[in-house]
Amino acid sequence: MKKQYIVISSSLILALLFVLGVMLYNKQQIKKYGFMALENASTFVREHSPTLGNHDARVYLIEFTDPACETCSKFHPLVKKLMADNPGKIKLIIRYAPFHGGADYYVKILEAARRQGKYWETLEVMFQTQRFWTSHKNPQPDLIWKFLLKAGLDLPKIKSDMNDPKIENIIKQDLADAKTLNVRKTPGFFVNGKPLQKFGYKQLKELVTSEIKRNY
Amino acid sequence: MAELNQKTNTNWNIVFICWIIASVSTIGSLFFSEIMDLPPCALCWYQRIFMFPLVFLFTVGLFPFDKRIIKYALPLALTGLGFAIYHYLLYSGFIPESLAPCSQGVSCTETYIDLFGFLTIPMLSLISFSAIIVLLLILLRRNHK
Repeated sequence: MKKQYIVISSSLILALLFVLGVMLYNKQQIKKYGFMALENASTFVREHSPTLGNHDARVYLIEFTDPACETCSKFHPLVKKLMADNPGKIKLIIRYAPFHGGADYYVKILEAARRQGKYWETLEVMFQTQRFWTSHKNPQPDLIWKFLLKAGLDLPKIKSDMNDPKIENIIKQDLADAKTLNVRKTPGFFVNGKPLQKFGYKQLKELVTSEIKRNY
Repeated sequence: MAELNQKTNTNWNIVFICWIIASVSTIGSLFFSEIMDLPPCALCWYQRIFMFPLVFLFTVGLFPFDKRIIKYALPLALTGLGFAIYHYLLYSGFIPESLAPCSQGVSCTETYIDLFGFLTIPMLSLISFSAIIVLLLILLRRNHK
């Protein structure tokens, strides 16, 4: 056999092995998460997790998010559009994965706002104004307070509530679950326990649609 | 003449095996980071820097066989091995992590993969670099005689 052919065919075999590995790995991951979703549903949805949408919806969209994550803020309107397009069928569950340095601070504010019944308004304001207080070079977390007024929050109360150790525990639990579920980037999506394999709106929409078809 | 031919063939095969090792290491490390989403730590990146080019160097050295490949590949492989040894020592606790350059971001000592109880990712890198170096040294000896 000519030497060129040996190298070319070896390259092809290696590439093939890689693709095969990807397929096997993905299949095994789906199986693993499916099993976890059955056996260990609480890893995906905790008692403390904020939810949005119809309580009886059969499609659970679980989002691991970070108030300081840019892609999360860009994705948020898309997630809401997905819910609006399928009224009553999707329940959004927010889990925290504050991977950005100092992002705990924003989650604490968010959880404190929840006690005032202004959770979703606050999340909205955070995502909209994020670029002003989370520059990667020069984060200015204190600037966030100016914008929080827009959500109609009682700021002194937020400042005292946000230091509640209960909130700290929520973050710890969510981070532990994120680790169990192999979430290393935000936003991390699961639909009824199935992970979003390849990140993108189109892919998320397909996954959600297939789950709606399966459950309705 | 036949003997000479035989010798060149073996030389070619040695570089070919080096190429296979470098390719498998490259593809494997890409699998870990891109498919399994394991974030490469700082030290992993340095080892990648010295492993990825070897694939291309060996390819060029194969067509036609060029023994100068030893001269070009060995410095990369040796430096890579240096990082791999350091990483391995860090990983197995011989060097305390406080001395490590990568305390921020991704930890260099977190265990992600552990096959058969000893095959961790730094171990795989160590094995690849060592194997390539040994093969190159064999090639060097063969061509010095």
